[in-house]
Amino acid sequence: MNTEYKVVEAGHVLEEMQQLRADGYHLIQQCATRIDHGYELIYSFGRELEAQNLKITLDEDSSISSITSIFPCAFVYENEMHDLFGVDIKNIVLDYHGNLYRTAIKTPFK
Amino acid sequence: MSKRSVIPFGPQHPVLPEPIHLDLVMEDEKVVEAIPSIGFIHRGLEKLVDKKDFNEMVYVAERICGICSLGHGLGYSEAVEHVMDIEVPSRAKYIRTILSEMSRIHSHILWLGLLADGFGFESLYMESWRLREQVLDMFEEATGGRVIFSIMKIGGIRKDISNEMLADFQKRFDKMEEELKDIAKTFLDDVAVQSRLRDVGFLTKQQAEDLGCCGPFLRASGVKRDIRSTGYEAYGELDFEPCYSEIGDSYARTEVRIKEIFQAFDLIRQAIAKIPAGEIDVPVKGFPNGEYLTRIEQPRGEAVYFVKANGSKFIDRMRVRTPTFANLAGLTETLKGCDLADVPMLVLTIDPCISCTER
Amino acid sequence: MAIINFNKTVLHNLISKPATRLYPFEERVYPERTRGHVENDMDVCVLCGLCSIKCPTHAITVDKAAKTWSIRPMSCIQCRCCVDNCPKKCLSMAQKFQEPGPEKVTKTFHQTEKAIAAQEALMKAAKERAAAAAAAKAAAAGTATPAAPVQKPTE
Repeated sequence: MNTEYKVVEAGHVLEEMQQLRADGYHLIQQCATRIDHGYELIYSFGRELEAQNLKITLDEDSSISSITSIFPCAFVYENEMHDLFGVDIKNIVLDYHGNLYRTAIKTPFK
Repeated sequence: MSKRSVIPFGPQHPVLPEPIHLDLVMEDEKVVEAIPSIGFIHRGLEKLVDKKDFNEMVYVAERICGICSLGHGLGYSEAVEHVMDIEVPSRAKYIRTILSEMSRIHSHILWLGLLADGFGFESLYMESWRLREQVLDMFEEATGGRVIFSIMKIGGIRKDISNEMLADFQKRFDKMEEELKDIAKTFLDDVAVQSRLRDVGFLTKQQAEDLGCCGPFLRASGVKRDIRSTGYEAYGELDFEPCYSEIGDSYARTEVRIKEIFQAFDLIRQAIAKIPAGEIDVPVKGFPNGEYLTRIEQPRGEAVYFVKANGSKFIDRMRVRTPTFANLAGLTETLKGCDLADVPMLVLTIDPCISCTER
Repeated sequence: MAIINFNKTVLHNLISKPATRLYPFEERVYPERTRGHVENDMDVCVLCGLCSIKCPTHAITVDKAAKTWSIRPMSCIQCRCCVDNCPKKCLSMAQKFQEPGPEKVTKTFHQTEKAIAAQEALMKAAKERAAAAAAAKAAAAGTATPAAPVQKPTE
């Protein structure tokens, strides 16, 4: 059994977020997975007990805009993705610039 | 005009033995803003999926954290079982449920002790931990470990707990419940305790929802959301209603956790009465292929496990989102406007487990 | 008000015996299932090496040539995986915990003479059984080659 995903284009993330926010969803988690030549980002949102998962495929050198303007608590997840995987996320409200995780090697999961 | 200053707090702090650092922007004695930073002890356990096969990863998952050890093992096993379409036998589900409730009891009593230590009530702290010790002893009798239980496996559990042992546990829990009532009274009614807990660190229902908080921290703000209501493992067959409080201050968080301990006693009683006989595990054939995201309710809140497997022995990605990670944003909001002296207490009330957060 | 709530507990603790143990004089009795350290009954062990394959931390090494079984206790995580997978049930989990020490040690166990002899006897018996089975098969196949099965047991 696999999780059902809604596939979203990297460029349309913000519109999708606004829609989810308007529908009363809260952010559960965001995470990145390394795939060949890029990343797979999974954003999970919840409302009451149901959960909705979005999947965004991102090329290695393209960037994605931050969702912290809509879901403020996303800053930890986005900084984590940036620090561990090197995902380029633009306009994070609270940007640690790679200092959230003080790892000896930069972007160790890349 | 008040003067602004920045006070660094942690990662080493006498009240808070957790490696979290907060930059507190102060205006006189009041906190205006708090910026958390973690990452002092990042261990990269998620990356170990490259080295350990999917069966061995259970042991790694259990070692993410000492207090939530059982929860991590359970969450990871559940995610892999979903990927592999394994139906765990009923008895194993019940035992998993009983053990999770036991770990909830010991985690919450541990937290109560830390809270008492935080506001300087040493004997209450020791009294709480004396009670917690009994749960650890029971864990050792049932699983063989006090902290790391090594009882979870993909497809069930590794050791059965006999009905006689469960009946014995039941007797001991009944006795413990009586003893806990005395302590709970002190936590909830004592003047000295109340003066530290009441009316500090408010978080409204709306804020808690927006900031994606979870666990008792969320429920203390009036949101009645508990992942156990989804009925994973045997929770669906037990009579269960989430505990919550409308107030949203530190006192409410204490109250919710105390209520949850008593509820855990009740859930264990129900589960022991209902536990069916039968197998405790199913054989696992083949390798997982697919991805699954599962949520379970740990003592500290909702934890998310994501597993992506490619059909080989080693899975591609394991991701754990711990409850504390989600509560960090809520914490910064709670700290706004509080006194500097209350900061350690407020950090404590989210039941932070930073070591768990830095997998 | 409720300031006297805790007094009951305090008084109770005052008259009851301590909750702690006087450690060096009174040792803890471990429950039966406690995972302390791994022990190997070398009389039974056949050095199959399954434990070393199953060990998640690779703490066990089996040397079939030197007939030794060794464990690095500092690497062992007491997960009980080897004990559960042992086909001869010679591994067991002892209750006492591994003692701390100033350096990382490796505990090596040599296979006993008794076990070697038993194993050789087993191997011999297995060989004989195989030979007998081959003979029976050959006999059943026909009388075309009657010489071969007669020779085998004498080897």
